[in-house]
Amino acid sequence: MKGSEVRIEGIDKRFGDFHALKDVSVVVRKGEFFSLLGPSGCGKTTLLRIIAGFETPSAGLVYVDGANILPLPPNRRHVNTIFQNYALFPHLTVFENVAFPLRLKKLSRQEINRKVEDYLTLTKLTGQEYKKPAQLSGGQKQRVAIARALVNEPDVLLLDEPLSALDAKLRQHMLIELDTIHDKIGITFIYVTHDQQEALSVSDHIAVMNEGRVVQVGNPTEIYESPEDIFVANFIGEANLFHGTVSSVEGEMVSVDVKDLGILNVTMEPGDLEGMRDFKPGKKVSITVRPEKINIAIEKPPDLQPDVFSFFPCVVEEVIYNGFQSKFFVKVSGGAQGPETGPGNGNFTVKAFKQHVSYYSAGPEIKWKDRAWIWWKADDAYLVEVHDA
Amino acid sequence: MKKNYGVIYTLPTGLWVSLFFLVPVIIVFLYSFLERGELGGVVWSFSLKAYQDMLSPTFLHILVITLLISLAATALTLLIALPCGYYMARSKKKSLYLFLIIIPFLTNFLIRIYAWQAILGNSGFLNNFLIRLGLIEDHIQFLYNEWAVIIVLVYSYLPYAILPLYSTIEKFDFSLLEAARDLGTSHPGSIMRVMIPNIRAGIVSAVLFTFIPTFGAYAVPKLVGGGKNSFMLGNIIADEILVNRNWPFASATSILITLVTTAALGLYMFANKSAARAAQRKKI
Ligand SMILES: Nc1ncnc2c1ncn2[C@@H]1O[C@H](COP(=O)(O)OP(=O)(O)OP(=O)(O)O)[C@@H](O)[C@H]1O
Ligand SMILES: [Mg+2]
Repeated sequence: MKGSEVRIEGIDKRFGDFHALKDVSVVVRKGEFFSLLGPSGCGKTTLLRIIAGFETPSAGLVYVDGANILPLPPNRRHVNTIFQNYALFPHLTVFENVAFPLRLKKLSRQEINRKVEDYLTLTKLTGQEYKKPAQLSGGQKQRVAIARALVNEPDVLLLDEPLSALDAKLRQHMLIELDTIHDKIGITFIYVTHDQQEALSVSDHIAVMNEGRVVQVGNPTEIYESPEDIFVANFIGEANLFHGTVSSVEGEMVSVDVKDLGILNVTMEPGDLEGMRDFKPGKKVSITVRPEKINIAIEKPPDLQPDVFSFFPCVVEEVIYNGFQSKFFVKVSGGAQGPETGPGNGNFTVKAFKQHVSYYSAGPEIKWKDRAWIWWKADDAYLVEVHDA
Repeated sequence: MKKNYGVIYTLPTGLWVSLFFLVPVIIVFLYSFLERGELGGVVWSFSLKAYQDMLSPTFLHILVITLLISLAATALTLLIALPCGYYMARSKKKSLYLFLIIIPFLTNFLIRIYAWQAILGNSGFLNNFLIRLGLIEDHIQFLYNEWAVIIVLVYSYLPYAILPLYSTIEKFDFSLLEAARDLGTSHPGSIMRVMIPNIRAGIVSAVLFTFIPTFGAYAVPKLVGGGKNSFMLGNIIADEILVNRNWPFASATSILITLVTTAALGLYMFANKSAARAAQRKKI
């Protein structure tokens, strides 16, 4: 495997009174595609700039392959950056932009030509060599920035929201290309984004950040399926949140009493409860259920056992048709007593997403103001947070 | 129909420019090819004598001195103006600095040169200060030499150099310097390889705005210069008109100054055009 391991230990950064990074520790493995994901202002760029050498941390260390790189100036680190605004040199042609780092190294003419051509081919820029950056489209500029950052053959490539200036279609396309390039050259990528879809689709590991802290590190499935707190659950994908009190614990099955709604069953992963010694009835907890895991239909299926499924009658408040799926926002009111409860009595808005898989299994169409049923399996509910109080 | 209105609109300015700018230049040009009159003025017969006189060693010496002084002043001005413009563009107090740069213009140019006499004179501020400090025994002759001329020229045209530099540096994208550092340049290297080429237009304007007026300087060498190494072309013109009454020679010298400064401008425009053409050619 090429690339380097990056170990970030206890990084703290203050800008005057403002505490931008708080004790950030992350390990990025050799050659992996690692994403830093978080909302605007959470400190992603600041962390990247510390790794690149444009910012000095107030405390903490950054190791690349075991060596502390903080004393090195940016030009002495084997780390290259793709900047959010590309930062192409406007006075140089595409060729010269890519050749820039090679000319600094005083490589021979042939070697420069060969390397530049190689990386222009990799980024599909052949034929654009003599254009100036101002004559390029957004996607082409992006490719030049990639070629220029890679031509030096760095151990680590830092990417700061490289796709944010592109339109949705092109973004998708460039993301796949970036992933392909990563597979081809195999160096470590540290990719900053606030777009969870981007992060989930290409990363080996993701660090979710919030307000200067790393709140969870994991692979995309872990981040999505087992969020460590309410913030992660809400930030990654969409989530329904229920707050309630534990009423009973039987084996792996936890029952939670949610006010105005009733009992929800949650199946815990084997072993999950072992670490929580004082987990007993009376604890306040929060539960999430992903909207795509909630079923919705006009008729309740007859075979739903209450200990395996949670099901509620509801009124459809809003339907958003997306082509491949429909998003239903429904009002749920307490108990499984049937769809008698009129509109307006519901206390919970629940999101349920239905994929349009096949017309066969579609059932009768669900429309605005319809009375319907939602249900989900206890396995699909996830206990996301246990509150101390 | 519409086109003709344009001519009408520009007619007043057109007349103004030709009357007060072009006509005098033509007169000077004509006079330079005439014979001198006994008591000033010209005799209307064609002569190249004024231009032949330019080949005299005295005149060539003055030409070289003028070139050296104006080039030195331009280089020095640029050297000071670049960091000033850089600092101003990066500062949070831009408008304060702009205001400070404009303040000198509120005082008459000649008065500001006299102020320099008061500073650099033998019993002036600087000498008194140094003597009080005990650094020197007797006064130093600062004034009335080529160095005084260069210093005061730099002082006079510094704002004209700072302003265009400031405005181009302000538009410069400083993240490019970080990109250059990231790709392997040192800090000075990133300035030389990325910033300087991108603020070229500002540098060229600054150079022209200092070189053109310093090459034709008259008042500064007259008031703070002295000796044969700070007598400039501008002083020749005055002397030839007022003392020697050789109008054709004064005119020829004026034409020479105009030609040199026009050449500088032309070089600038040519450089710009060929850069644009090169960019055009490279388009595929
Ligand atoms: N030089 C600075 N001086 C003061 N505050 C700063 C500086 N740089 C960043 N900050 C602050 O630090 C916080 C984190 O900034 P950062 O640019 O790292 O956010 P980010 O996660 O990259 O956000 P975005 O997704 O919007 O790019 C912000 O609140 C920002 O205002
Ligand atoms: Mg950012």
